[in-house]
Amino acid sequence: MHLVLENGTTFYGKSFGYEEPRAGEVVFSTAMVGYPESLTDPSYSGQILTVTYPLVGNYGVPQGITENGLSTFYESEIIHVSGLIISDYSFQYSHWNAQKSLSDWLKENKIPAIYGVDTRELTKIIREYGAMKGKLIFPDKEDVEFVDTDSENHVAKVSCKEVITYGNGKKKIVLVDCGVKHNILRCFLKRDVTLIRVPWDYDFNTLEYDGLFISNGPGNPAYCNVTVENIRKAMTTDKPIFGICMGNQLLSIAGGAKTYKLKYGHRSHNQPVRMAGTNRCFVTSQNHGYAVDNNTLGSDWEPLFINLNDGTNEGIRHKTKPYFSAQFHPEASSGPTDTEFLFDEFLKLID
Amino acid sequence: MNIKDDFLSTDNTRLSIKKVLILGSGALKIGEAGEFDYSGSQALKALKEEGIETVLINPNIATVQTSEGVADKIYFLPITPFFVEKVIKKEQPDGLLLAFGGQTALNCGVKLFESGILEKYNLRVLGTPVQAIIDTEDRELFVKKLDQIDVKTIKSFAVENMADAKTAAKDLGYPIIVRAAYALGGLGSGFCNNEQELEALAEKAFNYSPQLLVEKSLKGWKEIEYEVVRDRYDNCITVCNMENFDPLGIHTGESIVVAPSQTLTNSEYHKLREIAIRIVRHIGIVGECNVQYAFDPDSEDYRVIEVNARLSRSSALASKATGYPLAFVAAKLALGYGLFELKNSVTKTTTAFFEPALDYVVCKIPRWDLAKFHGVSREIGSSMKSVGEVMAIGRTFEEALQKGLRMIQQGMHGFVANKTLSISDMNKALSEPTDRRIFYLSQALQSGYTIEKIHNLTKIDNWFLQKLQNIVDVAKDLKLTESFNDLSDDLLLRAKQMGFSDFQIARLMFDIHENKSHIGDEVRAERKRRGILPVVKQIDTLAAEYPAQTNYLYITYNGSANDVKYLGDHRSVVVLGSGAYRIGSSVEFDWCSVNALNTIRKQGLRSVMINYNPETVSTDYDMCDRLYFDELTYERVMDILELENPMGTIVSVGGQIPNNLAVRMSDSGVNILGTKAPSIDNAEDRHKFSSMLDDLKIDQPRWQELRSLSDITEFVKNVGFPVLVRPSYVLSGAAMNVCSNQEELEEFLELATEVSQEHPVVVSEFIENAKEIEIDAVANNGDIVIYAISEHVEFAGVHSGDATIQFPPQKIYVETVRRIKQIARQIAKSLNISGPFNIQFLAKDNDIKVIECNLRASRSFPFVSKVLKINFIDLATQVMLGLNPKKPEKSAFDLDYVGIKASQFSFTRLQKADPVLGVDMASTGEVGCIGHQFDDALLTAMLSVGYRIPEKNIMVSSGESKSKVAMLDACLLLSKNGYNIYATHGTQQFLQQNGVDAIDVNWPDEDGEHNVMQMIADKKFDLVINIPKNLTKRELSNGYKIRRGAIDFNIPLITNARLASAFIKAFCKITADDIDIRNWAEYK
Repeated sequence: MHLVLENGTTFYGKSFGYEEPRAGEVVFSTAMVGYPESLTDPSYSGQILTVTYPLVGNYGVPQGITENGLSTFYESEIIHVSGLIISDYSFQYSHWNAQKSLSDWLKENKIPAIYGVDTRELTKIIREYGAMKGKLIFPDKEDVEFVDTDSENHVAKVSCKEVITYGNGKKKIVLVDCGVKHNILRCFLKRDVTLIRVPWDYDFNTLEYDGLFISNGPGNPAYCNVTVENIRKAMTTDKPIFGICMGNQLLSIAGGAKTYKLKYGHRSHNQPVRMAGTNRCFVTSQNHGYAVDNNTLGSDWEPLFINLNDGTNEGIRHKTKPYFSAQFHPEASSGPTDTEFLFDEFLKLID
Repeated sequence: MNIKDDFLSTDNTRLSIKKVLILGSGALKIGEAGEFDYSGSQALKALKEEGIETVLINPNIATVQTSEGVADKIYFLPITPFFVEKVIKKEQPDGLLLAFGGQTALNCGVKLFESGILEKYNLRVLGTPVQAIIDTEDRELFVKKLDQIDVKTIKSFAVENMADAKTAAKDLGYPIIVRAAYALGGLGSGFCNNEQELEALAEKAFNYSPQLLVEKSLKGWKEIEYEVVRDRYDNCITVCNMENFDPLGIHTGESIVVAPSQTLTNSEYHKLREIAIRIVRHIGIVGECNVQYAFDPDSEDYRVIEVNARLSRSSALASKATGYPLAFVAAKLALGYGLFELKNSVTKTTTAFFEPALDYVVCKIPRWDLAKFHGVSREIGSSMKSVGEVMAIGRTFEEALQKGLRMIQQGMHGFVANKTLSISDMNKALSEPTDRRIFYLSQALQSGYTIEKIHNLTKIDNWFLQKLQNIVDVAKDLKLTESFNDLSDDLLLRAKQMGFSDFQIARLMFDIHENKSHIGDEVRAERKRRGILPVVKQIDTLAAEYPAQTNYLYITYNGSANDVKYLGDHRSVVVLGSGAYRIGSSVEFDWCSVNALNTIRKQGLRSVMINYNPETVSTDYDMCDRLYFDELTYERVMDILELENPMGTIVSVGGQIPNNLAVRMSDSGVNILGTKAPSIDNAEDRHKFSSMLDDLKIDQPRWQELRSLSDITEFVKNVGFPVLVRPSYVLSGAAMNVCSNQEELEEFLELATEVSQEHPVVVSEFIENAKEIEIDAVANNGDIVIYAISEHVEFAGVHSGDATIQFPPQKIYVETVRRIKQIARQIAKSLNISGPFNIQFLAKDNDIKVIECNLRASRSFPFVSKVLKINFIDLATQVMLGLNPKKPEKSAFDLDYVGIKASQFSFTRLQKADPVLGVDMASTGEVGCIGHQFDDALLTAMLSVGYRIPEKNIMVSSGESKSKVAMLDACLLLSKNGYNIYATHGTQQFLQQNGVDAIDVNWPDEDGEHNVMQMIADKKFDLVINIPKNLTKRELSNGYKIRRGAIDFNIPLITNARLASAFIKAFCKITADDIDIRNWAEYK
């Protein structure tokens, strides 16, 4: 099988997933662990993921248990990537908690995957040209068209369809699901809250709550005008708001800022951010293609975190009101856990 | 809002430090080797960049850090509180760095702190505070400290009765391990899986010992390490994690190690990472730190094994594995920088506050030299025995591992296609690890052992075993392939992607013999015809996420494009490095390599390095214009040369490995710079060299290559005993031996070697009581440009790498010097040498014989260069680049001072090895010290390699009568200086008869009072001198027991009469206080 990029570049390799051609946006992640988490991360919806670490599949895949709408080991119920590109696949896996091989899991989920690709060379191409359209093709199967992932509202695709309530804690948090990773749910639930998970376009202002959380999600924030409007409404109440990833972008837009598409996004476990105005830095897990333009933040807002490598926005906060957000993933999974304290900060604001 | 409140720091000022003292690690020894030259050199570079004056104490003269321009002042003095205090007093530094000189520097620093010396001189320790170091070093404090933050450590409960034993076991959870305290040799120890087993074992164990130690058994747990960096703003990163291929129980220095970890899930990886950061914050590290874990293979349970609050072997490995310069960054952090204020030195644009993302896998493999030691056990375990290591980089585990197994250069071609090892009990060979276990694993898999069975015997994670199985499977496919026609592109590519060399493929396909390497060339040609070629990839710390101008490269078959664009302008010069450190080749060749690179750069050419030793400075990517961290095999070097298309290649500064490649490379059209390959061959080939000497009328010890015992006996009749015997095929033990009589000769030939038509033995006459003299020199077109003659303190018979060397020579005749110069000139002319060379001579009276000649830099090049203050390698490299450097005018006779090179032995680490010196090299390192005279230089050197000036009691057993006589003057001196001499019967009688008072002691196997072994155990002696009776290594003799006892009880031991006499004379004449505290530049 092979991978074809929109600029015509072709990489040949061997299949280890479901044998059906698929198109998507080809992106790369430099994370060295955590493929079960990444593949089930709804933010990857519509994307063909290239893993730069060459050895993949080593520890298999854990069992896909979901209890009360919460997956035990994954970041959602299903695999969200459109395809997977790696260099060296471990046909045999070894781990006490593994239930099946990565290959079997991909096949079950009907996701094509290719190994034997020079993923470093592919990454360099993406780095040069930016994230691009691509497709995984099988010689004996028919071709597919390239797809423009931006032409689709992926948030609508991956968001929950109805309101789900978790836990029975003291504080009531409304979680707007733009494609939430389940570890965000877990991070809240271990902090004694009642979590009301609502669809991305649900008007939560009708609900009673103590704090508002806006989740991560795939693609272009421009599709989420409904959510932005709802957030604006919520801002009139002065109740604490916390956003992650897409949540950062939507909160920014609600506050008057603009977003733009990065050349090739941040997808890794080693993104360095600095808390603005301090000497404190954190290693963060990231997965986003769009960013907030620091220069467009309104006068009531200020950057909370800045990326140390490229200076892009990594979070904002309101100067006077209890609203803040992070572009990275404090809930980690996969990735470093340095910033999980932000959940505590959010809950402190409610007190 | 108050999110930031916790993180607002008020103190943003950098420390104002003007002069920093940095402690090195001294001579290379097992457990403390070249990695500290690398970390010290990086720290010095970081300080220099800040304009801080640096003072370095390190007697290891062969290192890069003790070279001109690296530190501002260099003291070749022992790293002991006594000498360090004197340097502090003289230099008055305001900062001290302890983290860059291994355990030696750390221990010394802690002692200086505890004795109040640091406070006295108002000297501030930079980086991690001393109290934090103490918290990690003291086991009890360490456990307490980690308990405070709920981090699990390996706890040991001391119990004195059965009930307490049971309670402890219950607390810990079964399985447990029980050890009897105060019992040697593991008597009464064992594993218990439940209370019944504990009862049975403890009952017995209490018979041996009143106290038992109960610990949780972590048998089969994984061993994982993290390298953590923290700055003073509390910012933390983990630069790298590593996983041991071998499960817990084998020291990480003895394990095959991979980076990053391979079998950990995201949750496991980040759980351990989070704990590591928590520990480092709690302890208060500022700089770099290593955290080692035991990790349960069946859950997420863990224990912290230890924390090293300093740069370590692992941190050097992590630096090379990731491209993140840990030591450099740690030094900057010690000065008060924040990580975010430093740049990633690879990308130069992104920040140093990040965690490298690897897009390759590295595999570290230890290099052992156990065959060099007599009596040593080959089992590996919780203490280190390896003398060096290699790091291999690949994009599959199979590729990295097979590369690495070739790199260790122990005659293996990878994981498969090796010579078959004879194994009497495979299960045992797998379950009781030795230095050869990886090759036993190969044979087990090939003979049909299942992964499950091997896992049960070894506890090695199945993931690794499955990868090994992949290699074996490809080998099987290759074996079934009989011709190139049958060989599919797919199989050939698959083999190359799994790290098979061309020779391995040839051997598997055609079942060829070891030395038919040209069939490998046919595979190479076929492979190139099919366009199956390797690609060059960069190590850039960010997995290609950002563009990087990195010159740090490796080669892989798992890729389709090169990262590098080649100019093809013939303006680069390739230097072949020295490979893994081993006995006989270590940091001195790294110094030579680095200096060659420097000279190449100075000439406006691009310097290119090939080497794979993570403990070196030459593999630091900013030492050269391009670094290939890859194999020094013919195949790989040719791959690189074909891409580089350089002006030329230098093979004479990296020791024997590059030297051995010279002829084959030259035959393939490679332009070898300097002395031509045929000359190298003429010096290396014993027959050719000998006939050249005959033609030149230069004398040499008589020798012959013989193929049967009767021929040998015949030859010995002619030359007489003793003889030096060098087998070409070694079964076990040492490769060379001196035999003093027929009995020894026969025994050696029978036990250790094979003599046959196919495996001849070289027998040479052995001249006793001869001086050994060396010349290190550089010639240009056969004309000597510079030379240095040095003289061994010991008589010939001690390997030149173990001998104590004085330069300039102090005790040889002027005529001897003249003759040696003449001979060297003749040889240089005759071989038309252009570049470095070394000749070894025997001198008895004025009779000079040549023993050996190497047309490459020798071990002593850095020593003579630094003592003479003329850089021999710089000159040699200029010559090789075709320049005609002027002959320096200075000669060794102008020196008003003396340099002494003394050897460092690591016998303490090599249990049961006989600590005696012979014709085979045994030392692991060396120091070079300078003094006004022989005595102070020798004393400084001896103190630097761990000898102490005795207080009162000296034990002497002086061997045969010749050595008894040789020792007499020294003993007389001891007696006059009020020392008590204890001596075994013969020595005591001899001394008494010659007017020296000595107290009689009993031999180890004699009963009664004054048994020497008991006295050693009671630490009765301050120095033990034991001169072996003859030159053969005797097992289990009384002498062996005394020598071994001295080592095991940490009493200084000397086994050579000449060295013992010199040492005694030195310390009787002067005291440590008389040693001048002078830095290198002050010797003029």
